[in-house]
Formats: sequence, C-alpha cells, structure tokens
Amino acid sequence: MDIVLQYGRMPYKFMEDVAWADIAFEATGRTLAELFESAALAVTNTMVRDLNGIHTKTMKRIEIEGRDVENLLFNFLQELVFLKDAELLLFSKIKIEDMTETSCTAVLRGEKINPKKHSLIVDVKAVTMHMFKVERTSKGWRAQVILDV
Amino acid sequence: MSFGHHDFKKPEFTKVSDYIWEVPKTFKQGMRVPARVYASKGILDSMDLQVYDQVTNVATLPGIVRAAMCMPDGHSGYGFPIGGVAAFDVENGGVISPGGIGFDINCGMRLLRTDLAWKDVRPKIKELVNLLYQRVPAGVGSTGFVKLRPPEFRELVSSGAEWAVKKGYGWKEDLGVTEEDGNIKGSDETKVSDKAVKRGLEQVGTLGSGNHYLEIQVVKEENIFDAALAKKWGIFADQVVIMFHCGSRGFGHQVATDYLQLFLQVMENKYGIKILDRELACAPFVSPEGQDYFAAMKCGINMSFANRQVIAHRIREAFSKVFGQDAEAMGMHQIYDVAHNTAKLETYVIEGKKKELLVHRKGATRALGPGNPLVNKRYREDGQPVIIGGSMETGSYLLAGTKGAEEQTFGSTAHGAGRLMSRTAAKRQFRGETLLKNMEKKGIYVRSVSMPGLAEEAGGSYKDVDAVIDAAHNAGISHRVVKLVPVGNVKG
Repeated sequence: MDIVLQYGRMPYKFMEDVAWADIAFEATGRTLAELFESAALAVTNTMVRDLNGIHTKTMKRIEIEGRDVENLLFNFLQELVFLKDAELLLFSKIKIEDMTETSCTAVLRGEKINPKKHSLIVDVKAVTMHMFKVERTSKGWRAQVILDV
Repeated sequence: MSFGHHDFKKPEFTKVSDYIWEVPKTFKQGMRVPARVYASKGILDSMDLQVYDQVTNVATLPGIVRAAMCMPDGHSGYGFPIGGVAAFDVENGGVISPGGIGFDINCGMRLLRTDLAWKDVRPKIKELVNLLYQRVPAGVGSTGFVKLRPPEFRELVSSGAEWAVKKGYGWKEDLGVTEEDGNIKGSDETKVSDKAVKRGLEQVGTLGSGNHYLEIQVVKEENIFDAALAKKWGIFADQVVIMFHCGSRGFGHQVATDYLQLFLQVMENKYGIKILDRELACAPFVSPEGQDYFAAMKCGINMSFANRQVIAHRIREAFSKVFGQDAEAMGMHQIYDVAHNTAKLETYVIEGKKKELLVHRKGATRALGPGNPLVNKRYREDGQPVIIGGSMETGSYLLAGTKGAEEQTFGSTAHGAGRLMSRTAAKRQFRGETLLKNMEKKGIYVRSVSMPGLAEEAGGSYKDVDAVIDAAHNAGISHRVVKLVPVGNVKG
C-alpha cells in the first residue's frame, strides 16, 4: 500500500487487491471534518496525479445532508463526482466548515479541468456502496470507499 | 466487515463439463439457486476469489431462476461480478437491481467495416489516429461537439440513436444493425433526475476513460474462423475495421446512483428484502420503484446508443478527410452495436414452462441464436453478432449468438478479455511510456490522454482473450467468426 501524504495531517491510501477493476481507498482524520477532507482529496487524486497542479481559481460552497454519517460521506463525495461532469470542476483545497453526523458545509477551491495542464488519470463514474464504511477509531475516524472508474 | 483484505473461500466446484463449473446451493446460507461459472479449468483457477463470493451472493436474490452465472471473462466488481448474468421471474417476486446492470448503463461496443485494405491505410495510420484523437474526445472532463439544452437532452434519451440519425449524425441503416434498433421501447425521461441530465449535457460524442477506447483493427486471413459467415457479414482478409467501446457517461452513472440510493431505502423497510452486500440493493420488478428504474435505465441505454451513433459519425468524417473519399464510397457500414450493461425482459422456458424473465447482464453480451425474433432482421437467420473487445495489445473478436446460449445462459456470453489484476497492481507492473513504445514496435500506434491510465489497460493486466473466447465457443454459448488485431488505438 502506498501512503499518500501530500497534505500532511490528512492521509489517505489507495488499497491494492481490494477492488479489481475499481479504485479502493482508505481515508482517516482526527475529526469527522478531517476525514471528509481526506476522502474528498482521495477522490480527486484518483482522477489527477498531482493535486498541486490544480490551482484554486474557483470557490464553491456546498451544503450536504445525509441520513447518517455514512450516507453523508457518500452524498458529499458523490457531489464532487457530479461537479466534475456538470461543471467540469476539480478541487484541490477542501475545507469543511460546519459538521454534524447528518449535515456539513464545505468550501471547495479548484479550477476547470484542463487536460493539457492537469495530469489526468482516470474518470470516476460513481461512489459505490461496495464495502463502503465509516467508523470511529482510537485516533479519530476512518472510512473505506470503492470508486467505480 | 473489516477493512482491507478479505479471506474469501474458494468453493468446491462440481464439474458439469470441461467449461462449466457449478457451486451448489449448500455453499452459502440463503442461496436459492446454484452458481455456474463458464470457464476452462485454467481460467477458473486464475479468477480472483471475490468473484465466487459475489456470484453466490447474487444467487440469494428473490425470484432468481436456474443459476447465478459468471461468464469466462468474469472478475469481481461491486455487488454482481463483472461478467455476471442472472434472470429473475418477474411474476414471482423477481427483482431489478442497479448493481446487476452497472453504473455505466449500456456500456457497449460498436463495429464499423470499410472496403479499405491494410496496405492502403498503413501509410496514413498515424494521421488517422491523430485525427480521431482530436475528433472523438476522451478522458476526464472531455466534452463533445454536440451542445444541448436540458429539454433536447431529454429528447435524446427518449429516442437514442434515432435522435442522432435525425440530426444527421450517421445513416438510417445504422439503426437496423444496433441492438433494439438503437431506441429501446419503454424509456421514460420523467423518471430521470435533473442532476443526471446536467451530468450528460456536454458528453454526447465522448469516449470517457478507463477501459474505453477506439481502435483501428485488421482482419488477418488466418484469423477468419467462419469464412461463410464472415463473408456474409462483409468481412474479408486484410480488411480494416473500426471498433469502439463506451457507454452512457455521467448521465447513466447518475441514473444508477439515484436509484441505488432509492432502493437502499425501500428494499428492507417496504419490501422486506435482505441482502448480503449493499451494492445488491434491489426492488421487486413489479413495484413502483422497480418500474421507475426500469424506465429510467432505458434512458441510459438510449443515451449510450446516441453517444456511439455520434462517435460513428465522427469516425466516418475522419476517414473521409484522411482518404479524400465519402464514407459511403469506402463502404463504411456498421456491422453491429451491442450493449453490455443492461436488464431486459425476455421469455425463456424454465422447467417446461414459458416464463417472462428480467435478464441482468453486467459486463456480459446478449448472444441470441439463429431465428430469434429479438435479433435485428439483418442477422436473424445467423444469430446476433457479438463484439468482444479484448485488451488493446492482443486483439478482439466478432462472434455469433447460439441456440446453446439461449438454452444455457439466457442468451448471454462474455464481453471482453476480463481483468487479471487490479488497476493498482497494473500501474505498479507497467509504465505507460514504455508500453506506448513497445506497442509501437509491435505495430500498434496509440494516442492516450493519460499515461497511468494507459498502464492500467496493459495487455498483461487482462486474461488471454483467446482462452476466454475458446471457453465461450466450446461451452456453446457463442460461435467464433473472426479475430481482429489492433493497429491503431485512441484511449481515454
């Protein structure tokens, strides 16, 4: 497993041999807000090799609701997939402002996709529910997500 | 469920024949029918163990008949395995499941022929691939030349390839050689969300990424297996053909996502269905939710037919430009267009009785045999053409559907070579830049949006396509017509 630590305190790692044709990652955070920030970057990093290549030209504030914490994370990540297709936006800076286990407000900073500039890898089609999991740990929070690519 | 690695149990298989292996109902609690894997012993041993876990999970779903099946190119996915086939008795509680169709609804293949010989195309192959790379956008965030407003897009998903042909993208005859004549009956655009429409608006005429590609291929004389049928279908030695693989893009992905979430909410609370994996979320076919998804899914099927129709038009334009002739003069007729990720109502005889079944094919191709009235007129006496996209290094196939498939697998067969290793493992083992050079040495000119993306699709990360087709042919679920080898590739 290669650990990606581009943003220091917000680690996520892509997991081998969990998903065959899809991309699996594990994200962690000391708080739920950190977990969401890490997971969002993992989704972007699935599509783009170098997150630092995405400049923060555009800002977007999104409000997400969920039935429970798992559904909330699912809806949050799915919104990023939606914005990638509907507005052609990728985000490299993600800040969660308000956070409960059933709602959150996030400020997303990034820019329009540019294949000449961004090191694109693969398109994310959907966040799957396969082995989707959010749980508390002794150090905070952890999530496992499989993306259909 | 724990994080990361799982220890999946390898089942004890009962050998039904050299190419059919059965997992009995006793393997797992809740299995209503056995599971059947169509594969040689070699392929069976190479499959990842999660496939068997997933196909036996499918066997627990309400209304399933005969067996949960996995085709020879099968590998694990989410919910159903890829290469999964399952049929449900809709009059007896049978279900519909988005996870049994896939997020990329009607991801499929289209094959165009030409009258051009390889010797005529060879000097222009780079020019041709470079132009196709420009004209058929691929990769993350690519947008097509067709610009639509939401009401027009809703028209498009209501009439599929027919919409595209009316707009001048392609020929009327293309519709007669597309599954469902390019416009599946029963779509209902009022059942799809505005979000789904917004995701699809700019994506008509784009390939997407991952395992989606556009390939120029050559027919070699030694690769023609059924000379009579090949000739009848317009295939000849040294001929250049064009094959491409893509789906319903963000629109289809969002339709599947919307309904998976809806089904998760009603499945247990309203219908009392318990499942082993949330990606198996389902609803009775005969229920408001089941019917809504069926009608919305058909919009996904139509989006994909329209997408491939527009791409076919762009390919003909590119060939015309490079060779200075009309596409008609170059004989650029469509051979066929097949759907991979669908659920369709079809009638089969189960225990002596005719039953209406909802056949889910996820990464599997319909392979109806000669005489079947569901096959387009043009091919009805031959059996449905089956287009198998192999890996970009090894080759692809054109097969014909069989009566054997109708008798055994609800008229289904494989759809590709099938992955042999995970994407992360492939990226570790192969480098896009090296692969590109090696493929060029082998005579395959490639343009790819993404080098890591290219590495994930290296030939070595797939099963041996010849072995997969041997298994499908020898099991009697399709009939080999011709193998096609790549000479140029545009990869998303």
